[in-house]
Amino acid sequence: MQNAFIAFPWAVALILLPLAGAIFCFLFPRLNRTLGLMTSFGIGVAVVGLGWQLQEHGIYRHAVSGWGAPLGIELYADGLSLLMLATTALVGFAISVYSTAYFNPTLSIRFWPIWLCLLAALNALFLSADIFNLYVTLELLGLSAVALTALTGSKEALSGGMRYLLATLLASLAYLLGVALLYHNFGSVDITLLAQQIHASPATWAALGLMGAGLMLKTAIFPLHFWLPPAHGSAPAPVSALLSALVIKASFYILLRLWFTLFEPIIESETINSLLGLLGCAAIIWGSVQAMRQTRLKLLIAYSTVAQIGYLFLVFPLATSMGSTAWSGAAYIIISHALAKSAMFLSAGNLLTFGGHDRISDLDRVVQRLPLTAAAFGLAGVSIMGLPPSGGFIGKWLLLEAAMIQQRWDLVAVMILGGLLAAAYIFKVIGRTFTQAPVTHEAQSVSATMQWSALLLAIGAILLGFLALPVLSLLNISDPTITSGVGL
Amino acid sequence: MNWNAWIPLLVVLSSLLPGLIIFGLAEEKVRVRITLNLFGALTKLILVGWMIWGVYNGYHYETRLPLLPNLELVLRAGPLALLFVSLSTLLWLVTTVYAIGYLEDSPHRSRFFGFFSLCVTATVGVALAGNLITFLLFYELLTLATYPLIVHRGTEEARQAGKTYLRYTISGGALLLIGTVWLYSLTGTLEFTPKGFLTNMGEEHYPALITIFTLLIAGLGVKAALFPLHGWLPQAMVAPAPVSALLHAVAVVKAGAFGIIRVVYEVFGVEFSAALGVLTALAWLASFTIIYGSLRALFQDDLKRRLAFSTISQVSYIALGVAIAGPIATIGGVVHLVHQGLMKITLFFCAGNLAETLGIHKISEMNGVGRRMPWTMGAFTIGAFGMIGAPPVAGFISKWYLGLGALNTGQSWVILVLAGSSLLNAAYFLPILHRAWFMPSPKSWPHEHDFGNKETAWPLLLPPLITAAIALAAGLLVTLPFSPLEWAKLISVREFYQP
Repeated sequence: MQNAFIAFPWAVALILLPLAGAIFCFLFPRLNRTLGLMTSFGIGVAVVGLGWQLQEHGIYRHAVSGWGAPLGIELYADGLSLLMLATTALVGFAISVYSTAYFNPTLSIRFWPIWLCLLAALNALFLSADIFNLYVTLELLGLSAVALTALTGSKEALSGGMRYLLATLLASLAYLLGVALLYHNFGSVDITLLAQQIHASPATWAALGLMGAGLMLKTAIFPLHFWLPPAHGSAPAPVSALLSALVIKASFYILLRLWFTLFEPIIESETINSLLGLLGCAAIIWGSVQAMRQTRLKLLIAYSTVAQIGYLFLVFPLATSMGSTAWSGAAYIIISHALAKSAMFLSAGNLLTFGGHDRISDLDRVVQRLPLTAAAFGLAGVSIMGLPPSGGFIGKWLLLEAAMIQQRWDLVAVMILGGLLAAAYIFKVIGRTFTQAPVTHEAQSVSATMQWSALLLAIGAILLGFLALPVLSLLNISDPTITSGVGL
Repeated sequence: MNWNAWIPLLVVLSSLLPGLIIFGLAEEKVRVRITLNLFGALTKLILVGWMIWGVYNGYHYETRLPLLPNLELVLRAGPLALLFVSLSTLLWLVTTVYAIGYLEDSPHRSRFFGFFSLCVTATVGVALAGNLITFLLFYELLTLATYPLIVHRGTEEARQAGKTYLRYTISGGALLLIGTVWLYSLTGTLEFTPKGFLTNMGEEHYPALITIFTLLIAGLGVKAALFPLHGWLPQAMVAPAPVSALLHAVAVVKAGAFGIIRVVYEVFGVEFSAALGVLTALAWLASFTIIYGSLRALFQDDLKRRLAFSTISQVSYIALGVAIAGPIATIGGVVHLVHQGLMKITLFFCAGNLAETLGIHKISEMNGVGRRMPWTMGAFTIGAFGMIGAPPVAGFISKWYLGLGALNTGQSWVILVLAGSSLLNAAYFLPILHRAWFMPSPKSWPHEHDFGNKETAWPLLLPPLITAAIALAAGLLVTLPFSPLEWAKLISVREFYQP
């Protein structure tokens, strides 16, 4: 029994299950909620299975239908992939539960097939080991994300979605050109094989530039973030949550992989990494300041995402020479931001349902009338600010430690300033929820399902503050900074 | 299974868990809430009593949980930790009783008591923290847990006060964080050690260490209300009286002062700090704050504001005792942590009683109030005399040891500060007492509540009487083995000046 559990190809299940779920949701629209929830739960089980396999055997490789690289498609999973998959499964499940209560029947029929498709794309992306497969999954991911953004069909959603569509297509195109250049020069798309052959040449540099730019546009790093606030701000709450928590992380994940395993040997000068770090700093400051200036809650949260992406980019200047600490810090921020930010967007969805608006200055009495939602927002805020005890604190501590050891005082200052600004914009919201203006209109009730799924995600972000050791040990199942140079 | 390894954690959980349950309670479940509160407070008291006895007899209580690679969450009950823990635990119990009376029939009590318990949890965590990162964790938790209490009333004024409070404390926390990470990147450890863990650092690190010291003290000084970082404290007075009482006597300001003790004695080590030359600066800053706070207090007509400025002044005695650096002054500073807590909480309880019973908020309205509320004002008088430093109340003992310690280390200018501050204390407390006892009462009070033939409700009256009695006893019975003074001596011998 146990052997069967270990031997089962969980990685394949992770991709096929949501695809099958999507098809069934499309075929049997009346069962969409049940099917969607079951699929989401199944993904969780599959991730546990895969995790077990990784614990037992180390890095996982699976040649689909027996054809390995360079001819066939190979699935690959190490600690980083596992953590991304686990985060996707966890956040995805909470969003699924939330969505059963959030959407009306018409929207629900449209939502589930696309959402499950998106999950399939995410899982496949985290399991891919070649740059062309990554392109395919990235494209599928982008298109389903755009479709979800425009789900309601309102004018705002359509224009936000359109902008997003153009940005994401442009980005994929740039990435694909880079892939073509590499394939033409080295005759392979498998990351491991490429890493062995790659050497500096104009074509490689062009590929690096194109792929890097494409992925950065998708990740919405400053100044390429222009598409994010309207898209994340206008989408339905669960969609905003999954966009901010998962979708932008996927392109960052590819960037991280390419940078530390594929392009590492040819990035000799510090300039590129410093430049990326600089963009990160600018994102932290700019995103936070913009967030402070917003009067609408969802836009505030969206700009906060812009700022948080900035922290991730600090990994490039910090991890080149140091490796593990900054690397773990960035990975930790990815996970805790995914939990905290989705909790925030879901609470914003609750507030929007409740009061019919998301004007920050009119959030009076929310603490009394929607205590669970207020708690969810507050706890998620703690993690976003990077205050202890929370996952955000652990991530920030690790990054700070790395920056201190390398005497990068500029980065230390930006990180601390970013935390202060985050406190300013989060408490701007929280302070308003305590005030006691007279009740002006009858509020809509918010279901317990919606309140609790937001709260549990936020509690997860707090608990991450105490789980650093187990999570980091998972992450180190294979550390790309250690294996780089020798191939994967 | 070694139980001693879990008692410190249990002490923290004994207020955390009731607090979390209380958040979920419906507003009208008054009985359940009171039971939970008192159960938590009493459990904590018993556990702390147990540990005091154990530590006195040489046992060790330490909980270690993994937090980060090479860093652990450490809760350790040493003598110094226990001093602060027992103060918090005792005053939490008393304040809970007071708060139950004070908030009777007011809205949002579940929320209030939930955060109240979190606040105490954080304070106890600050006290028990065995390394700097654990300290930082609870220190920030304290910031977060007190914010909802300050904005509790939900008025625009409260919101503004909360904003000011956060502006100061979050920035302070950030400074503390920088200092902590920097220290860790230099030394690779953060464990509180008697005589500090920096003595082996070479000369080339001195500039960095001085900067770290400044960062840490500035971060802690925000909560300890050291000048010029005190601005939030008078504004935070909009909070309900039990919160002000707890903030001033135990939780926030004391967490800062306690942190200063830890940093000077168990991170840097007092001799090493003196060698760095940072203690003189701290001593001057503390002295200035003492005088400045008293001067500002003189000109406040609002009773709670006057008490707030008095706190700013009095808490700096602790920093002063630490900075004078010598066994005797240390005892004075450490024991003042307890003494100031007892006296100040009494004064705030009394101020709360005046406001609740007669609607008095200003000193100019206090004429003849002593005859209307003799017990309350009796307690107030004891507290006020203690603050001035008149024997036999506890405050005298602190000042005596501070003065003696200063003379002992050849810093006689401190005597001037102490004398000046005592004069100023007298100048802002005695007129209040004069008004209350010797001026004729007005025909009617601003806003009088009827409590029958009692002067006020029992839960409001008992707490100040109890704390005043303890403050008096701490002054009278100084030579008993478990008096705060004797315990402070034990701390000095066992932790700071270990042979």
